[in-house]
Amino acid sequence: MKILDKINLEKLIGILKQDGYKVIGPVIKDGVILYDEIDSIKDLPEGWEDEQEAASYRLKKTNDKSLFSYVVGPQSWKKFIFPQRLRLWKAKREGKGFSVNSTKESKPKYAFFGVRSCELNAIFIQDKVFNNGMFADSYYNEVRDNILIISVNCTRSAGTCFCVSMKTGPKAKNRFDISLTEVIKNEEHYFVLEEGSPRGSDITTQLETMDASEVQIKEADDAINNAALKMNRSMNTAGLKELLYSNHDHPIWAQIASKCLSCSNCTMVCPTCFCSNMEDTTDLSGNNTERWRRWDSCFNLDYSKVTGGNFRTSGKARYRQWMTHKLASWIDQFGTSGCVGCGRCITWCPVGIDITKEIENLRNSPMPITK
Amino acid sequence: MVNKKPKLAVFKMSSCDGCQLSLLDAEDELLDVLAGVDMAYFPEASSRMMHGPYDIGLVEGSITTPRNVEEIRQIRKECKALIAIGACATAGGIQALRNWKDTREFTKIVYASPEYISTLDRSMPISAFVHVDYELRGCPINKYQLIEVLNAFLNRRKPNIPSYSVCIDCKLKGNVCVMVAHNQMCLGPVTHSGCNALCPSYNRGCFGCYGPMDSPNTSTLASQFRQMGYGKFDIMNIFRNYNCYAEAFRKESEANEK
Repeated sequence: MKILDKINLEKLIGILKQDGYKVIGPVIKDGVILYDEIDSIKDLPEGWEDEQEAASYRLKKTNDKSLFSYVVGPQSWKKFIFPQRLRLWKAKREGKGFSVNSTKESKPKYAFFGVRSCELNAIFIQDKVFNNGMFADSYYNEVRDNILIISVNCTRSAGTCFCVSMKTGPKAKNRFDISLTEVIKNEEHYFVLEEGSPRGSDITTQLETMDASEVQIKEADDAINNAALKMNRSMNTAGLKELLYSNHDHPIWAQIASKCLSCSNCTMVCPTCFCSNMEDTTDLSGNNTERWRRWDSCFNLDYSKVTGGNFRTSGKARYRQWMTHKLASWIDQFGTSGCVGCGRCITWCPVGIDITKEIENLRNSPMPITK
Repeated sequence: MVNKKPKLAVFKMSSCDGCQLSLLDAEDELLDVLAGVDMAYFPEASSRMMHGPYDIGLVEGSITTPRNVEEIRQIRKECKALIAIGACATAGGIQALRNWKDTREFTKIVYASPEYISTLDRSMPISAFVHVDYELRGCPINKYQLIEVLNAFLNRRKPNIPSYSVCIDCKLKGNVCVMVAHNQMCLGPVTHSGCNALCPSYNRGCFGCYGPMDSPNTSTLASQFRQMGYGKFDIMNIFRNYNCYAEAFRKESEANEK
């Protein structure tokens, strides 16, 4: 463990830029903290934190100069690896046939600066989705392979966080390149740095660091524990898969559907949701065509439209599909739950549907089984 | 063999002309459109007015007079494919506000000789009178969507016109939710996509120019507005504008009327 001061944190960003990375980090925009390109620590949200509850997000000034007091904003890192819209190929009519142009454009080389533990786990989950052998996604994997990850451990939790119960945080355990924990104590402001990969160690050697003392490491651990202790929300995952599988016809789905807007916000902000649709476009002459992939959602009626009809016409069927996939069939499909407890689907649902409460409601109202 | 270009006609019922102007507004694409279709009837653009039948008819405006009713029935007979464009043609438009009032009373106040006015009691969409093959939403329509519909027709494919919520467009663009982050009333979660989330992109709530999405849950959204501190009058008003007579919006505005 090393100690990094603010001057060297700035230097770290400089080194990343010098190494050809596009550095993405937290910035304040439109009243929230989201991820965008940064040049310097001056771009970071110094002295701001986020207050989050179901259907509510507000930024609030802190009374210190902390850089990482916020938790997670509306956007996750997925938009950089799995972009909202992506052109897959172009084709041109030639005589009676056509030729496909799938010229590879050079992919950006990202350094993600400020990845939270829940988000890191979300990236690992998407890795399983997009790097699955037979159907590996070439764009995703080419971008993913070059990403340098600087994670930041949470020292605060927001009202909608539940990572502790999902075992995904608040401390990043592995597979980062560098991890940082911000400590502000008395007049001191420093970052406890942990190297997580040879690439991370190589960068660290270019910084002026000191070895962390036992006291400093403890301060960092206490700060992380503080985030865990103050987390008010949790999801009881015991037997969750079986619970969902055996309650397909539970009346709770109709209750949730009466609240649900089917607006798809939960799936768009979810760091693991990966559904997309293909759009074929032509120019007016019909001689040039392009295939685009864009984010889609199981809440959209068109998403489940197939020849002969739609197999999920009701809001009830669509919500059940989303929750059962996320928390149950995801485990069968990818060997892990699809939820990392970041709480985005709760904060950014315009009507505040709370996935943790709905699971509690389901547990507390056993299915009137009439077989 | 001579490949004849399909004949396109543009008609207008009761409307402001904004939607048909979108076609002329498509400056960069207009020549390509004309390469693909024969502009057979478009009085706003050309004095060359060919007779029907037409392959594609675009019609803007709502049906508000007995003459409109006759015209639209005739137009339907003359068009192989009839496409209603804009909030007036698809939902009755802003002029459908009169549907809650007594039209005769209005004509008495507005016109010196109301006996010359021949009008229907209600402003209604085209589909209330004739079969419509495709509806393109918006007040006004999005010119790129109009080109896309013509493009799809010419290339015999399905138009890429999604029917999901405006929220998706916000998320595709990276907009921040104005409801959650700024406590603004926004009809985005129940409104049909198409404007590329224009208002939320400028930090304003959506007011539903594209009408209800494919399965809108307006009552839950309205109760959320109440929780956010808005009154029934505000809620009635946000549902009662350009698409006030689209069923889902009409019902919700009526639910908040008193």
